[in-house]
Amino acid sequence: MIKRLLVLLSVAGLLMAGAARAQEAPDALIQKVSTDVIESVKADKGIQGGDTSKINALVDSKVMPYVDFQRMTSAAVGRFWRQATPDQQKRLQDEFKTLLVRTYAGALTQIRDQSVQLRPARYSPSDTEVIVRTEVRGGRGDPIQLDYRLEKLAEGWKIYDVNVLGVWLVAQYQSSFSQEINSGGVDGLINKLAERNKGAAASAPSKS
Amino acid sequence: MTRRASSRWRTAVLACSVLLLSACATTSKSPGGKLDPWEKWNRKVFNFNESLDVNVLKPVATGYKKVVPEVVRNGVTNVFSNVSDGWSFVNNVLQGKFEPGLRDLVRFNVNTFFGLAGIVDIASDLGIEHQGEDFGQTLGVWGFGAGAYIVWPLLGPSSVRDSVALPLDRMATPAVVFNDYGTYLGITTLQIVNTRANLLNASKLLDEIALDKYTFVRDAYLARRRSLVYDGDPPDPAFQDNADPGVNPAAAATPLPAPDAASTPASAPKP
Repeated sequence: MIKRLLVLLSVAGLLMAGAARAQEAPDALIQKVSTDVIESVKADKGIQGGDTSKINALVDSKVMPYVDFQRMTSAAVGRFWRQATPDQQKRLQDEFKTLLVRTYAGALTQIRDQSVQLRPARYSPSDTEVIVRTEVRGGRGDPIQLDYRLEKLAEGWKIYDVNVLGVWLVAQYQSSFSQEINSGGVDGLINKLAERNKGAAASAPSKS
Repeated sequence: MTRRASSRWRTAVLACSVLLLSACATTSKSPGGKLDPWEKWNRKVFNFNESLDVNVLKPVATGYKKVVPEVVRNGVTNVFSNVSDGWSFVNNVLQGKFEPGLRDLVRFNVNTFFGLAGIVDIASDLGIEHQGEDFGQTLGVWGFGAGAYIVWPLLGPSSVRDSVALPLDRMATPAVVFNDYGTYLGITTLQIVNTRANLLNASKLLDEIALDKYTFVRDAYLARRRSLVYDGDPPDPAFQDNADPGVNPAAAATPLPAPDAASTPASAPKP
């Protein structure tokens, strides 16, 4: 009983410590991360040229700390997630991440004079799950809509879904994933993702 | 003569679309597979379009991009975009959005008269942005759901609603003002090749990130169109952590044993 209470107390303590660190509002966080990434790309010719290892380093250091990638993957896998073994879950996350980072890398190489502007928010301060809406402006062409779903965790706000031009990423992959799982099981999906990642790595032109 | 033939063709398409619309009034509205009752047929058309693209359109567009300087290609893009601004004005008005409509009209006038018939997009530099409303979106605003997903030969992804709008939306091109069929065909070809050239990078990316290109294109099309109907700001669909997008008909022959009984049914928003 006492032990349980102690656990409860320490959890509460952790939560409060987290809350103290998570003072930053979600839209401020998005603005900060976006600006940070854009500035890093502008300052680095290697990234602009598509240097894969540099892009991966950038994503790992500037973006991933603010992403709940497990939730992202598990939601994309949907109801099958709980059927997957921890090992399968880990491999799903790794392969899905590689796939997405590659997509993201393509977008990063296009950055020249872009900036990110917040669009009006619609959440209240007490919400623990919010949508931050932004617009990437600059360069040629129309502004690009880029929205984020964030959740408030003990360690701060974390992104768990992204919307590009009106398409939510997790929902976008849900039916593709279930299609693969329906035909080949969880391993079938993992293999398919791995195959895509390998194929793209082999055909990448700028593999410096 | 040819004009009449083409207008007859359009009427036929419209009639077909209406038939399809009534045929699918009962289709469900969850994302992905359930919105695609004609998947088997659609896949065939999709594959046909793909092979046509790989063998004809993509090589031509690649060559076009190589040969024609970027300045000229941008000019071509702008001219077509300018005409679509005019059409966007009409649709904004039809949707009761007069202020955005006014912006389309200003764009159209500025670019037509000061931008050399639309070749130079001055309006964008002035901060008046392209909106690209079409009749499919107008029907959506008027309350028509997207209905089932359809892939048309040559024209590509569509929905029942967008197919109904298609004959009108296809007319929003500079080609319509020419009575002679040769010119009409020439301009239409240029538009198709130019558009494809603009999409070369995007289609390369698509090949890399899609597990199944058909499914990816379908889901992205439906989501994007829904978003456009709401001008990029649709009522947020609930996030689904345990989504069950439904068993894909193509895969139903080899179902996974024992689906999770505890899974929550997907409650999808109305598109």
